[in-house]
Amino acid sequence: MTDMILFGVFPYVAVALMVGVGIYRYCIDRYSWSSQSSQFLESRVLFWGSIPWHYAILLILMAHFLAFLVPSGWAVVVGSPLRLYLLEVTGLALGISTLIAVVLLISRRIGNARVSAVTTVVDWLVLLALLLQVATGVYIAFTLRWGSVWYMHTATPWLWSLLKLDPQVHYLAALPAVVKLHVFNAFLIAALFPFSRLVHVVSVPLTYLSRPYQVVVWYRQRRVR
Amino acid sequence: MNIRAQVSSVFHLDKCIGCHTCSIACKNLWTDRKGAEYMWWNNVETKPGTGYPTQWEDQEKYQGGWVKQGEQLQLRIGGRWGTLGKIFHNPSMPTMDDYYEPFTFRYGDLTSAPAGDDQPTARPVSMVTGKPMKIEAGPNWDDDLSGSNIYAANDPGVVKLSAEEQQQLFAIEKMVMFHMPRICNHCLNAGCVASCPSGAIYKRGEDGIVLINQDKCRGWRMCVSACPYKKTYYGWSTGKSEKCILCYPRQEAGEAPACFHSCVGRIRYLGVLLYDADQIESVAQRDDKDLPAAQREMILDPFDPQVIADAKKSGVADQVIEAAQRSPVYKFVKEWGIALPLHPEFRTLPMLFYVPPLLPVMSMNNQGKQKLADDFFATLEEARLPMQYLASLFAGGNEEEVKAVYRKLIAVRIQRRSVTVGDLPAEEVSKACTVAQLDTEAIDAIYRMTTLTRIKERIVVPPMLREQAIEAGMDPEEHKQEMGFGKRISPKRRW
Repeated sequence: MTDMILFGVFPYVAVALMVGVGIYRYCIDRYSWSSQSSQFLESRVLFWGSIPWHYAILLILMAHFLAFLVPSGWAVVVGSPLRLYLLEVTGLALGISTLIAVVLLISRRIGNARVSAVTTVVDWLVLLALLLQVATGVYIAFTLRWGSVWYMHTATPWLWSLLKLDPQVHYLAALPAVVKLHVFNAFLIAALFPFSRLVHVVSVPLTYLSRPYQVVVWYRQRRVR
Repeated sequence: MNIRAQVSSVFHLDKCIGCHTCSIACKNLWTDRKGAEYMWWNNVETKPGTGYPTQWEDQEKYQGGWVKQGEQLQLRIGGRWGTLGKIFHNPSMPTMDDYYEPFTFRYGDLTSAPAGDDQPTARPVSMVTGKPMKIEAGPNWDDDLSGSNIYAANDPGVVKLSAEEQQQLFAIEKMVMFHMPRICNHCLNAGCVASCPSGAIYKRGEDGIVLINQDKCRGWRMCVSACPYKKTYYGWSTGKSEKCILCYPRQEAGEAPACFHSCVGRIRYLGVLLYDADQIESVAQRDDKDLPAAQREMILDPFDPQVIADAKKSGVADQVIEAAQRSPVYKFVKEWGIALPLHPEFRTLPMLFYVPPLLPVMSMNNQGKQKLADDFFATLEEARLPMQYLASLFAGGNEEEVKAVYRKLIAVRIQRRSVTVGDLPAEEVSKACTVAQLDTEAIDAIYRMTTLTRIKERIVVPPMLREQAIEAGMDPEEHKQEMGFGKRISPKRRW
């Protein structure tokens, strides 16, 4: 029953919040949509926190999504022992980077008076959820090895069952508590997304690569030239 | 031809008394709120000095403006991928310590302190943390050359001078300084616009005012780095960048921008310039020393029938062309050629021009007696501020540009002296005019514009055609001390 609520119902609630409140906020309060960077207040520690955090978490997230969305391709990747070994080592290294980074980011929010002055309760919730997520992730990678393989037989079919609106929580039933915590917390972060600075994640400014350098906006319709 | 109109300005530095009234007018109107306390959209710097933020002119440090990469211009912070690559942490972005930590004082303690033996004091407290702090910097920390051995001596323009010249500059009794007010230059080839990953910064087509769309800004802060003048500011509380809006709400109501309106020395001139937008890229790529002249060339004569026809074809309204014909900026920059852009070598094509201060030795101390120098043009080389320094500020290092301006300014003085005092031989006056390449008519016009004109002649706000604009009719006073213009809900953090 608990499993059903945590892994059969909560993910839908989280995604509904993420999409619903996210769109609501984007439409009603777009001014609030910002990365809320604090580099202006503290730059040195942020360098050691922000850069490893962002690059490592992007790669780790990409691996999670690939193994979920293209399991057949993923199976080929982890098919050879050498590739699997390299993947696991890389993943663990990236995970440890995110863990160190998030600890640095938290320490800076506590230790620097200026940064702590602009930190809100929601910022703390986000940081603690992220800390819990990467800590459990690293723990799992360390103790429950070859996650890149067993993910395909547990998380992947479960996620697909969620997508098909037919949640099959039994895929997760046998997993250790720490994995369940990792999974639940992932959706908790998704639920926090629209209420926090995490919204900047979807503002990937890729259009910058192709737009003209100078932007000119006309209030009036220009006459035909 | 793609002719556009640009609201441009001229600041006459000879007239600036450094009173900071402009800064206060701006501060009261626009940036008197949390997260914006440190933003001085208008500030007045003492030159030589390190300015605000400290050493903003040092692009090795802050990576602002453009650089030539072969046949192309590239932002100094990097290409498009390079700029995006700095999104997680931008190493060249100034931090609060490069500006100052905003502070206030616990004035309440003065009246509420319990009775005691000592006088109550108002302790300084940080406006960021609210905690007591030691004030170590401020927006005018080196005002009037205070601490010049630290600040002025580290002026990026001074550092380039020879040791001898530096010594001369700071010799006791010969020390020299001038005030330089700065606002956003509303550049034609703006670095901030080009660097914004979100594309939130734009130039208004009709009048060229550069604005940041607060709803599109995501706080990536590339504009802060890319603006070589450091005139975009990151709101540390709101997570949005902001900049000078050239008081467009006031201009739309036909009024002068607040800093222009409040200027005690009446140093500020505002007017429309017509220019050919197709030339922006090619002009911005000219050699450093050619930049001031190239920028003058792209400004078009609003009386030329061909220009008028082309402007109309490009959609410039008749009223705006008419305003361009009355523009004092056109006269200063193009007709008389006595106003120069600030740091043209940053290649953003700034549209705020400066009449450089006339600081040559105009009289010599002769055994306690002041004596007019024998030959004004011989003294130009012995000017109190080295020409090289002024050229590095206003002409991309081209001393000839600065000297040409000074010859004209000196000619005006000589001519006026001959009129009002009448102690100069006629041949000296005509020689000054010939060397300066100015006729008496132009000299009279310069004299008139610099001294006698009233506000409507100095500040020619073009018709902003509000009735045709989309955003109009919002009261800028409505949310004072709470939020920036254009917001309906308070920018307090809710998420």
